[in-house]
Amino acid sequence: MKDTFIYDTIRTPRGKGKNDGALYEVKPVDLLKTLFIALQERNSLDTSKVDDVVLGCVTAIGDQGADIARTAVLYSGWDESVAGVTLNRFCASGLEAINMAAMKIQSGAEDLVVGGGVESMSRIPMGSDGGALYLDPRVNEAINFIPQGISADLLATIDGFTRKDVDAFAVLSHSRAAAAAGNGHFKSIVPVNDLNGNLILDHDETIRAETTAEILAGLKPSFKMMGDLGFDSSAQLKYPQVEAIDHVHHAGNSSGIVDGAALVLVGNKKAGKDQGLKPRARFLSVAVTGSEPTIMLTGPIASTRKALKKAGMKISDIDLFEINEAFAAVVLKIIRDLGIDPGRVNVNGGAIAMGHPLGATGAMLMSTVLDELERRDKSIGLCTLCVGGGMGITTIIERI
Amino acid sequence: MSIEYKKGQNNIVTLLLDKPGSPVNLVDAALVSSLKDSLDRLETDKSITGVILTSAKKKDFLAGADIDGLYAIQDTASAMEMVDFYKKQLRRLETLGRPVVAAINGTALGGGYELSLACHWRIALGSPSIEIGFPEVTLGLLPGGGGTQRLPRLIGIQNAFSFLVEGKRVRPEEAIKAGLVNELASDEKDLLEKAEAWIKNNPEAKQPWDKKEFKWPGGDPRNPRMGELWAIAPSMVNKKAKGNYPAVRNILSCLYEGALVDIDTGLRIESRYFANLAVSREAKNLMESLWFQLNSIRKGQSRPAGFEKYQAKKVGVLGAGMMGAGIAYVSASAGIDVILKDVNMEAAERGKAYSEKILDKRVSQGKMSKDKRDGILSRIRPTASAGDLKGCDLVIEAVFEERELKGRVTKEAEEQMDPSGIFASNTSTLPITGLAGKSSRPSKFIGLHFFSPADKMPLVEIIVGKETDDETLARAFDYVLQIKKTPIVANDSRGFYTSRVFTTYLAEGIALLSEGQNPSLIESAGLKAGMPVGPLALSDEISLSLMKHIIDQTRKDLEGEGKTLPVRPIEKAVGLMVDEHKRTGKKEGKGFYDYHEGGKTLWNELYKIFPQSREQLPINEIIDRLIFVQSLETIRCLEEKVLRSVADANIGSIFGWGFPPFRGGTIQFVNSYGVREFLRRAGELEKKYGKSFSQPELLADMAEKNQLFK
Repeated sequence: MKDTFIYDTIRTPRGKGKNDGALYEVKPVDLLKTLFIALQERNSLDTSKVDDVVLGCVTAIGDQGADIARTAVLYSGWDESVAGVTLNRFCASGLEAINMAAMKIQSGAEDLVVGGGVESMSRIPMGSDGGALYLDPRVNEAINFIPQGISADLLATIDGFTRKDVDAFAVLSHSRAAAAAGNGHFKSIVPVNDLNGNLILDHDETIRAETTAEILAGLKPSFKMMGDLGFDSSAQLKYPQVEAIDHVHHAGNSSGIVDGAALVLVGNKKAGKDQGLKPRARFLSVAVTGSEPTIMLTGPIASTRKALKKAGMKISDIDLFEINEAFAAVVLKIIRDLGIDPGRVNVNGGAIAMGHPLGATGAMLMSTVLDELERRDKSIGLCTLCVGGGMGITTIIERI
Repeated sequence: MSIEYKKGQNNIVTLLLDKPGSPVNLVDAALVSSLKDSLDRLETDKSITGVILTSAKKKDFLAGADIDGLYAIQDTASAMEMVDFYKKQLRRLETLGRPVVAAINGTALGGGYELSLACHWRIALGSPSIEIGFPEVTLGLLPGGGGTQRLPRLIGIQNAFSFLVEGKRVRPEEAIKAGLVNELASDEKDLLEKAEAWIKNNPEAKQPWDKKEFKWPGGDPRNPRMGELWAIAPSMVNKKAKGNYPAVRNILSCLYEGALVDIDTGLRIESRYFANLAVSREAKNLMESLWFQLNSIRKGQSRPAGFEKYQAKKVGVLGAGMMGAGIAYVSASAGIDVILKDVNMEAAERGKAYSEKILDKRVSQGKMSKDKRDGILSRIRPTASAGDLKGCDLVIEAVFEERELKGRVTKEAEEQMDPSGIFASNTSTLPITGLAGKSSRPSKFIGLHFFSPADKMPLVEIIVGKETDDETLARAFDYVLQIKKTPIVANDSRGFYTSRVFTTYLAEGIALLSEGQNPSLIESAGLKAGMPVGPLALSDEISLSLMKHIIDQTRKDLEGEGKTLPVRPIEKAVGLMVDEHKRTGKKEGKGFYDYHEGGKTLWNELYKIFPQSREQLPINEIIDRLIFVQSLETIRCLEEKVLRSVADANIGSIFGWGFPPFRGGTIQFVNSYGVREFLRRAGELEKKYGKSFSQPELLADMAEKNQLFK
């Protein structure tokens, strides 16, 4: 994929995904408009040269329904020739959108594409779009559905990650994120203003620099009650050697529910040159896989192996990893199974500290890893996310 | 004609359900065709102002479907045709354009209740002998006459859930609270008056789901807030069902899918899921054993003919421990006078207090009147004196499992009791013929093997000793029915039938542990197989020390007979646990599990004592081992004539130790597996896992002849 480049990455700050979060009052289409205008201005972009906009959005109903990608294009005043499409690969949607943009370029079908994603979890609650996956009892039973939190606890139980282990990782996420935010490492953030230009939010809202293992130790497990009602038992039907699930995850060591959006400008060499743009990175490989859906969260192991193989690389070739912190145990598991140096993983914190705006997160990881590669003057970055329904996604890039 | 059509002067038509020559009304071909004829008349006669449906029978409004007819169904197309035809009539009834009232003057179950759901208004007689509900699920079926569509539209999906998925039945008092009926009537006259009044006041009656403004009671199923409920529903039901009951799965599907479409489409979806179940192995198994065979047992298939029906009047119970106390309770509850004897008055009183506790609980739950409680308690007389056994026509001993002691109490009781009465031992392990040796009237000596706790467990295993005569068996049989339990009959043998077979489940579980299979995997396999408890937990419950005691005793007995017994893994493992590690069972808080306040966890050391094999078996292989071992032992019992009938084998296994009902019992499992295929698989298992899976000659014979066990 050597001829496909990333020209820019931007994102909104992440606001707490509840009605007391700063971005609750901001419509998802306005989160996008903020970024579309910023992308155009930062790059003096002739938007008529953009072929398509591919956006991840998991709960694409209500405010986020009716193809919000095309809606945002028109609403933001971009050239009407720019098409737009919304896709859903659950938590991987944002990265999938970028990968798809890259594939459009690589195939030669298009020259300049915007990838990215949006999710206002405060306004459109997770799961409110329904779906046969878990609502339809027959489908639910056939795939042995359990909610992700139970999957994460199951994974921790099987791999022997204790409450202490996962809490320690959560503390690290917050302290790293706090340091990175304090030192201005998140260069891609575009503040969100109101219609009068007054600031609403310019930083990630949920980082807690003061969090300690002691504080986290006081939190109650989030998924025990649901587990007792029946989900644990369903998990055991698939994993009969597990006597009891150790419910180690809670609000403090799982990804936060937040609002946010992110965009990445992807194009071929010529399109960039025509617009006077300087490429920041190139794609080396992209991969998706399916994995066992009950434990659900181990997909990144297979997708990362697949992407490495495609790129002809090994783990040690990667300078920085962004592994989405869906749940602490997931990151610990991936680090362990792939033999990754933990010092290269999520060096600026992750979704435990800053939150996981479902459709946008993958695109945010891309901005974080690229900003940090540039800051450290390193070369190879890898982004990966675990995905609902038992999938994994990985993208490897090389800084230019 | 199963329905009598009567048009009154007020232009109200009464459809009187009255199956000719039968004490009960059933939803059968005759009824449905009668219903069709009635509708043909109703639709053409415009002068009719309303319709009342009621029953001419004493007990039932409409007791449910004709199981013979359902059992005979072999293909899904005819299953669909059958229910669709019934449904079509019900749809005609509710869209007649004139008010239709169900005057429920007796029990309305299954298809019978569905008929009333297709009426616009349901009035039930407020009699506590009337039952209303959907028992279909207990036979592996679902209500195929619109029940899964109309009930949730009437009372909401969540409220309908327990009626449809759990087969809950209720009395009219509860039925009106749940919304299953609309009104209660005090007597038949009141019932008809109320029905006529409703017709008069509601000339434009329409079903809620046929109205434009229809709103789902309890929330629209498409509301995202219902999402959490749908997401967890399969897990909740599978906590117990473990995916073994397609009826539960299909009922959930009817509820979910039917709720997303209109009533007519919902009804069609229901028919498809019904047909899917009607031909399922699970439904056939459940109908075969829990309907046909159970009925045959209750009708006395195992009772010797030619003896007058016996009614116990005064029962002596020796030993007021938990078992004796339970036997006293069930006997007194059936109206029998009970002498509850123990070595001292204090112990005997404690035994009576057991009944008091149960009865008080029932009274406080409003399930029993105080008078009734007092009546039952007054029938139990605690005593320490054998002299009080005078006049007992039945004495049951439930003392410790010691031959000596049992002999002594037998003699003591026989001196006092009615000389023509029978003496029963509640032993679960000691051969009856041997115990009868201490009796002065061995022909009137019999085994009545109750299960603990006797007040809850539905089965009694009757054990016929060598000398026991037919009259004694007939009486014992009648007594078991009298106390509302289900009798099976076994001939005397070590462990009789139930203990003998059910211990093979424990032994196989322990053998798997000894082979280094993961203990949690073994327990999960037991549960997934459909057994109520895993083999290791069950061993703990029975107590490892008791198991060791029985094993030692058996070995001693057999050696006394000059036989030798190879040391099986269970003996080694139980010996190791009890002697070396002092792990004696649940009662002491430590066996295969550690017991603590929050429950139990597998003892950590098990993984060291029984080193884990690198080759963990697939769970289905373990399930086969745990189930096959029980069926093979049951076939041996048939072969050795320990068992007298297949029905006893099946019902005994389900009621006695919870053999998975969906498998239909230990022998029905073989039949439905296919006798030849079962033989083949048993051979395979024997090759891999040894003698526990050797195939009895009887099995080979049946396979050879390609016959089912009947």
